[in-house]
Amino acid sequence: MSRIGKAEVEHVAGLAQLELDEAAKERLVHEMGDILAYMDQLNALDTTNVEPMMHALEMTNVFREDCVGESLPREEALRNAPNHDEEYFIVPKILEGGNA
Amino acid sequence: MTAPWCDKTGHEIREAVVRGDVTARVVTEAHLARIHALDGKIDAYTQIWEEYALAMADRVDEKRRSGATLGILAGVPISLKELMCTKQGETTCASKMLAGYRSPFDGTMVQRLAAADAVFLGKVNMDEFAMGSSTENSAIKTTKNPWDLGCVPGGSSGGSAAAVAADLCSMSMGSDTGGSIRQPAALCGCVGIKPTYGRVSRFGLVAFASSLDQIGPLTKDVRDAALCLNAICGRDPMDATSVDLAVPDFTAALTGNVKGLRIGLPKEYFTDALGAEVREKVMAAIEVLRGLGAETVEVSLPHCDYAIAAYYIICTAEASANLARFDGVRYGFRHPDAKDMRGMYVMSKSAGFGPEVRRRILLGTYVLSSGYYDAYYLKAQKVRRLIKQDFDEAFEKCDVVLGPTTPSPAFRFGEKTADPLEMYLSDIYTISVNLATLPGLSLPCGLSSSGLPIGMQLIAKPFAEETLLRTAHAYEQNRGFDMGKPPIA
Repeated sequence: MSRIGKAEVEHVAGLAQLELDEAAKERLVHEMGDILAYMDQLNALDTTNVEPMMHALEMTNVFREDCVGESLPREEALRNAPNHDEEYFIVPKILEGGNA
Repeated sequence: MTAPWCDKTGHEIREAVVRGDVTARVVTEAHLARIHALDGKIDAYTQIWEEYALAMADRVDEKRRSGATLGILAGVPISLKELMCTKQGETTCASKMLAGYRSPFDGTMVQRLAAADAVFLGKVNMDEFAMGSSTENSAIKTTKNPWDLGCVPGGSSGGSAAAVAADLCSMSMGSDTGGSIRQPAALCGCVGIKPTYGRVSRFGLVAFASSLDQIGPLTKDVRDAALCLNAICGRDPMDATSVDLAVPDFTAALTGNVKGLRIGLPKEYFTDALGAEVREKVMAAIEVLRGLGAETVEVSLPHCDYAIAAYYIICTAEASANLARFDGVRYGFRHPDAKDMRGMYVMSKSAGFGPEVRRRILLGTYVLSSGYYDAYYLKAQKVRRLIKQDFDEAFEKCDVVLGPTTPSPAFRFGEKTADPLEMYLSDIYTISVNLATLPGLSLPCGLSSSGLPIGMQLIAKPFAEETLLRTAHAYEQNRGFDMGKPPIA
């Protein structure tokens, strides 16, 4: 019995915007199940009074002057886009096409 | 084949170029010739920048002729891991997702190396988006270990380690999220250092897990590692996590003196999980350091058994957030058949990412999802604190922690690909160093009976890279044997 089922794999894939074929789902039920079961060993530790380590460095806000600096020229910023014109990234229509 | 200049370290090349014994062009040509002759067997390089490298070399030679002061890496031929943003060539992260991607800027580390007059030979292979421990997850090619072509070079910076070991560059820039510099360095017989989190700017390093990632060099000796850190360390306004701390001259730490140095040996690192040959070589290295006047003391890292579980929760969570940017809009792969927005996201991500990257995105999404966040992500962050505290306590008793880098030497292709969890477990000794944000260094300490390199790991307090380098250098200069070269042509 795996730690998670196919329905959970499908749910998470939906959240992650990934589509999986049936074979991949079956494989992931077992692979993710094994890995999550391994992760469950953390439950053996009592962490009641432990402060979570939210940041790698114990630093707070890093400020800089709010001034105009150099930025990427527009054509450079657009150059790697799969579809663009002179000013915009172009994407498929948003309001049609049965979005979930 | 004879390889004039290719077997030299970076500091030897730099000195020869400064003295005028050789030009940067001759050194660069020698390396390019060796890459063309040998890399068909190793498959370390993903891009060879022939003209660009020669132009960089010519600028160094011209600078010398004009009498200008040469940079600290003058003429040193360097390769870059595929995830370092460069205006030259492509930055693919060894992923179909970024095939053909041309960065509009050079990362800070790349700029600093260029300013130090280094020469870039090209880019080298890696596990896709730095996720892996064998470089078998590359979407581009399979890199071989120069010591045994049937074995993996380690990963994720496997191309870097293989290129350095096979004398296909003088040094190589890697990145380390859970051991991705130190593990391949150990498996290929190189020196590899992961600096303290915050020491090196990550601007222009494609992000995997932002609270763990750090850039560092893989080199042929400890002096080159120190030299490279001199060039790349220090605050960068473009990376708010880079720390505003004075950068010492790291080469000044190479005194050879370890008298009175307290070396901590974690009892949890020397258990039955450690291979016999690795144990034997690491113990012999400890004796060398004792012979030089260092003291050893047993320390304990009681939570280290929980490091892998905590790590794979934190790194997959951060990866799932970081990789969400690859949505097919601004850069990267867009599936040609997508008809609507949702379809564009789903089809592009599903076809662009390889199996391990998809698996980690799914795991990360799961541990961050509603109802599981506290049980996984928050719990892992608490355990991360405990792991860091273990090291804090250990460093009250010692100056440097010493142990193996990996449980065993290089493994064979396919040996660990069937079971992702088994691949994760091969990083048992390196992962906690990233969780605790500490600097770690791997250096060779012998060969196995089958002729594969074995590495040992040194770990120090935050920003105590000098202690690591001093200890490693003292050992390297006094270990009493030569690692030799891999048995390739």
